[in-house]
Amino acid sequence: MTGERLLLSGDDAVALAALHAGVRLGTGYPGTPSTEILETFDRLGGQAQWSPNEKVALEVGLGSAFAGARTLVTMKHVGLNVAADPLFTAAYTDILGGLIVVSADDPGMASSQNEQDNRHYARAAALPMLEPIDSQQAYDFTWLGFEISERWKIPVILRVTTRVCHAKTIVRPRATAQSSPQPSFQRDVPARVMIPAYAKPAHQRLRQKLADIAAWNEAEGPVRLDAGDSKLGIVATGISAVHAREAAPEASQLTLGLTYPLPLERIRTFAAGVERLLVIEEGDPVLVDSLRAAGIPAEGKPEMYRFGELNVARVRRILAGDTSPEPAPPKGKPPELCQGCSHRGVFEVLRDLNCIVAGDIGCYTLGVLPPFSAMDTCVCMGASIGVGLGMRHVLPEEQARRVVSVIGDSTFVHSGITGLAEMVYNPPSTGHLVLILDNGTTAMTGQQEHPGTGRLLDHSPTGKISFEALGRAMGIQNVHVVSSQDKEQSLRDLITGLLAKSETSLVVTRQPCVLAAPKIRFYEKAATGQTTPDSCAADVVD
Amino acid sequence: MKVKNVVIAGLGGQGVLKASDILADAAFRAGFDVKKSELHGMSQRGGSVSSDVRYGDAVLSPMVPPGEADVLVVLEATQVEINRPTLRAGGVLIGPDLLDPEAFKNKKSLNVALLGAASTILEIPEEDWLAAMRANLAEKLHKLNEQSFATGRAAALARSSAT
Repeated sequence: MTGERLLLSGDDAVALAALHAGVRLGTGYPGTPSTEILETFDRLGGQAQWSPNEKVALEVGLGSAFAGARTLVTMKHVGLNVAADPLFTAAYTDILGGLIVVSADDPGMASSQNEQDNRHYARAAALPMLEPIDSQQAYDFTWLGFEISERWKIPVILRVTTRVCHAKTIVRPRATAQSSPQPSFQRDVPARVMIPAYAKPAHQRLRQKLADIAAWNEAEGPVRLDAGDSKLGIVATGISAVHAREAAPEASQLTLGLTYPLPLERIRTFAAGVERLLVIEEGDPVLVDSLRAAGIPAEGKPEMYRFGELNVARVRRILAGDTSPEPAPPKGKPPELCQGCSHRGVFEVLRDLNCIVAGDIGCYTLGVLPPFSAMDTCVCMGASIGVGLGMRHVLPEEQARRVVSVIGDSTFVHSGITGLAEMVYNPPSTGHLVLILDNGTTAMTGQQEHPGTGRLLDHSPTGKISFEALGRAMGIQNVHVVSSQDKEQSLRDLITGLLAKSETSLVVTRQPCVLAAPKIRFYEKAATGQTTPDSCAADVVD
Repeated sequence: MKVKNVVIAGLGGQGVLKASDILADAAFRAGFDVKKSELHGMSQRGGSVSSDVRYGDAVLSPMVPPGEADVLVVLEATQVEINRPTLRAGGVLIGPDLLDPEAFKNKKSLNVALLGAASTILEIPEEDWLAAMRANLAEKLHKLNEQSFATGRAAALARSSAT
């Protein structure tokens, strides 16, 4: 520890620890509240890159870890669903370099389509999980995660939540950074080729690793005990732990850091010393169920507190057993599509044509709100295309002809390409129309690059995927590009004409995000060497 | 020192988060334990935004519990009522009406002007406020924001001496 004292968000603390721990590669896909981790890692000098989606990010990260490099993979909670396929089998393998998978959960859905509790993934995939309470622990647990990962050759999930990711708290970093060994390939077929013959013993090894990690957690894992009154004992994890300390400063509290596999005997000993044992956890009753299954008599929270975030006021209510209705939070002004946003004209057309709109995840989901009210479904990244096709297949023709799938550029690269394959392979009898709203950035999460922008995470040039060329190559019958120069009337006529055909159609509407446009122009100029050395993107928009 | 709770609120694009960054940084420079929390994501789309800053000897939760804010700074008149429940009894509201819109033209630095007003009741030395502003704003904006900070501070002092 140094005397250095920093005020950092949890995301920045993870990035700083990754840098100090010698991480050679950071991969991920943008998603609130995880996005800033890789951006900061890049800014600090680390090698960070956006992948098309979380599955690919984890696969690239796994390859890097197999090769012996310390590796960080970041995503939001729903991103881990996309990455679940590699995750579950990566658990069976032996990795060489430490691998941390950050799952940034969003209880309360500040900016997400659900509030799933990814603590279930630790149990389901059989992977150790660390849950920091603040930025200091986010920093410390990133280091610890690499140590656990390398000691037991197992990926580690670092689960953070919105109020850890985006809260700034004080961090004292370690004095010395660590340089990691040069990666070098070491063949280990039974540990990395998961055919049944190797996967069967690998599963046995995985369970043994977990047993060993549990024993370590009992003996020297990151558990904090605040000794207090023996009348009330609280067991807590993550951000809930600080709410609980504030709500019940007189109570005894056991705050768990490595929350899977649990140090059950430590908890049992703690439980024996208190009259009432209460579990304070945000989201699902994961921890309380585990304690009860182990025969530890623990009290959980009433069901109403499963929904939304916890805070000090809600923890006080849980402590008091108060299940009376909570005061409704004041209704603020909802967000809206920016003035001058390129999506506005598209949703006006879809509204006026009375389209049935299968929507997707991004800024343009705001098309559901007045004055557009032009979205009928929104489920997950890429779902617009499959959902639109499904409706087309079964609706009566008059309705089927009004179905349109609307997807953004970054979301399309993430999960829309397979949807196009489905459209070409199983075309509905009325055909279908997919609109890609290409605003040249991943706007919702703060304007990140993606494979359709032709720029890397650090905004330098790279290969670029052409959506229209891709559509033509896949065999879509009508492919059109509508640029910002075209009048709204021409988009209306184009869509009207395509809906009347019983053919497969792709329309790319292309106009830069109004917030990102000055920066995009700056990056484009920088790529051709037209900028002065002392200008920077931050000056383009204040 | 007992934990001081400050909530800053307004609409996306007004600089709510920037103001809370400056306040948190100033308190940090003054040697306090500090926690700051807000919700990002939708903030650039014109919706309601608020940010909590807590500082003192030791801060636990990063979020100000409802009814416990010592100071509520609101940048947009329409956002005053929805944020009022966060204020404790006897807490201080600093709203945009503090500044005469005819005299105060630098709308983009309203966030810093209202911080200047808040600085009259927050125990943070002036040099820490100035250092925090310089660290969190582009250099070309320093002079303007220092002026706005002073304007807000003077307005708050004038009002408190008038009452």
